Amino acid sequence: MMFVPGNNPGMMADAHIYGPDSIMLDLEDSVTMAEKDAARFLVHNALKSIEYGNTEMVVRINPLNTPYGRKDVEAVVKAGVDVIRMPKTETADEVRELEAEILKVEEEIGAVGRTQIMAAIESALGVVNAYDIATASKRMMGIALGAEDYSANLKTQRTPGGAELLLARETIVVAARAAGICCFDTVYSNLDDMDTFRAEVELIKSLGFDGKSIINPRQIEVVNEVFAPKPKDIEKARKIIAAIREAKEKGSGVIAVNGKMVDRPVVLRAERTIALAIASGIISEEEAL
Amino acid sequence: MRNSKVVTLEEAIRRSGLHDGCTISFHHHFRGGDKVVNMVVDKLAEMGFKDLHLAASSLSDVHAPLIDHIRSGVITRISTSGLRGELATAISHGLLKEPVIFRSHGGRGSAIACGELPIDVAFLGASSADPLGNACGYSRSENAKSICGSLGYALPDARYAKHVVVITDDLVEYPNMPMSIAASDVESVVVVDSVGDSSKISSGAIRDSKNPRDILLAKQAAKVVINSGYFNDGFSIQTGTGGASLAVVKYIHESMLAKGIKASFALGGITAHMVKLHEEGLIGKLIDVQSFDKVAAESIKDDMFHQEVSAVDYASGVHKGSAVHALDIVILSALEVDVDFNVNVLVGSDGVIRGAIGGHQDTAADSALSIIVCPLLRGRIPCVVPRVTTLITPGKSVDVVVTEYGIAVNPARADIREKLEAAGLNIVDIHSLAAKAEAIIGKPDPLPFKERVVGIVMNRDGEVLDEIHEIE
Repeated sequence: MMFVPGNNPGMMADAHIYGPDSIMLDLEDSVTMAEKDAARFLVHNALKSIEYGNTEMVVRINPLNTPYGRKDVEAVVKAGVDVIRMPKTETADEVRELEAEILKVEEEIGAVGRTQIMAAIESALGVVNAYDIATASKRMMGIALGAEDYSANLKTQRTPGGAELLLARETIVVAARAAGICCFDTVYSNLDDMDTFRAEVELIKSLGFDGKSIINPRQIEVVNEVFAPKPKDIEKARKIIAAIREAKEKGSGVIAVNGKMVDRPVVLRAERTIALAIASGIISEEEAL
Repeated sequence: MRNSKVVTLEEAIRRSGLHDGCTISFHHHFRGGDKVVNMVVDKLAEMGFKDLHLAASSLSDVHAPLIDHIRSGVITRISTSGLRGELATAISHGLLKEPVIFRSHGGRGSAIACGELPIDVAFLGASSADPLGNACGYSRSENAKSICGSLGYALPDARYAKHVVVITDDLVEYPNMPMSIAASDVESVVVVDSVGDSSKISSGAIRDSKNPRDILLAKQAAKVVINSGYFNDGFSIQTGTGGASLAVVKYIHESMLAKGIKASFALGGITAHMVKLHEEGLIGKLIDVQSFDKVAAESIKDDMFHQEVSAVDYASGVHKGSAVHALDIVILSALEVDVDFNVNVLVGSDGVIRGAIGGHQDTAADSALSIIVCPLLRGRIPCVVPRVTTLITPGKSVDVVVTEYGIAVNPARADIREKLEAAGLNIVDIHSLAAKAEAIIGKPDPLPFKERVVGIVMNRDGEVLDEIHEIE
């Protein structure tokens, strides 16, 4: 998910050419108070007029307890946004408040249920309430960590190894998995240090995150490289899926590949590997069969 | 020493027999740091000359003082490959009565050699010269001040001008060898404090572009090169110096290593990137008409497989042979490309002159594969358009256009299109690119051109390609 300032028409116009899976147009922290109205107008028109193709479009709105939040919701829902990202989410009630706000606009335009919600968790209270937030609405598609505010709230600062974020990251992954939704890691803002960035992406992939938030197109390649399944994993996954198919045809119960028993978690992992390989463009859907 | 040709600038001018109406010439190897043009024209003005024809290989921002010399009638005609900055803007708005004649580097070299552009006195800046006039774009002395490397664009002037004045800030002992400009062509040597501002002549180390759009364009262009069918052992290549062109070299480099492919030569403006590949053994020889940075300028001094070449031997379209005839792949930039693959690199979308033909026409025409790298949009300016503002390189010379929204292949090159499609590249119709640009930006108002012609664009073979009109 690539963050793009909602007050920069040039960046908004061509963010999709770099091939991020989703684009988050920001109305919150990257826009000064004086520019809030102009940015909302720009984002509304960008969503309506720019052909973003298959890219998932997310808008980060201002909190509902500011003078801008509700206007943001109205503007972006009317423009047909896929996902609204709610910043600094601390409780399930806040999600429900946003849901009601979205519903109001959707009813007005006759498109009920179209808009999904992603909640950014950026405080200790938010982490503690992560599961409640993740399950607060049927519209919840994911939760994400916002590490800058979170580490400030913890009274610490970010370090290259990210020890201060470990509990939050694990909690968010567990909450998301328990709720059956996606989870996304925070941004890494030093563009000149691609090695530390890569190490962080490898860490959060191993923790179980579905993706990473990024702030520059140059980071896309690293994320894709880390998340894309390796050829040997794809091959193994294919064998497992083929063995399952064969076993089903034969009506056999227990399956083994290369002498090892294949149980349900192994099958699920294999299916996920193939799905990721298709999504990353490494193999086509036909090749996956 | 005996027979020294060293004189003052004024004396050199007097001895040259220059008179009103003559043609004087200059090279642009000192680029934005050039002091020679302004210094000489100031002196000519002081000495009372009028109605001179200034024939430079290119002119840039630093030559804004020529505006006053045009107003006062010292300069009444200009021939050049490019114009930039205040001078270009003033000329676009009608400063000069006679239209500026624009030629490509190969076209200028040929025109000088064939007598179509006769030069009375060439004033040629040199980084070092001995008292007899043997001159170079580098120096082996401790006093080296203004290093530019190749003097390729100055060599036709040195050879064919009626009278040659070498101007240097580093007079060295005879013999200054090996030399670029030979004493046999030189009448006078003038020693000055400085011929150029070295910080503006060339940049230092390699700087990789961090602009994501440049990187995207470069990766796409590299994929075109690699899958074009011309990326084979012994291939040859030329690239420009824009961010995207430089970055292309980086990605081709990776692929050369991975596939074990080596190039036989790199041509044209030589950069630190090319020198690096050459030193790694990935490029056999460097054929250098212009050294773009300090690394290239140093390399040409010390490396026997890094050779200077004149504009004629580089890119002439009318001589018996030139390096571009052997060139496989060229990667070029553009201000605008149109739906017929015509390219404009000279006149901005606002109608103001802001560029240079350079070797664009020459390399596009004679290379086996010409690739134009050009963003679809620069801010709010569309770069793929229904019709270029000014025709510089005819579409029949252009094979592939790489934009961030897809790659267009000239319909005449179905062979290349097939190869690129097979490699999975995003091949699009050039009309759809122009339509996309218009959909995003809208249809620009027509430019407010006036009747008067301020520039004439020549093709490399000497025919008139297009006219540039005065803009409001």
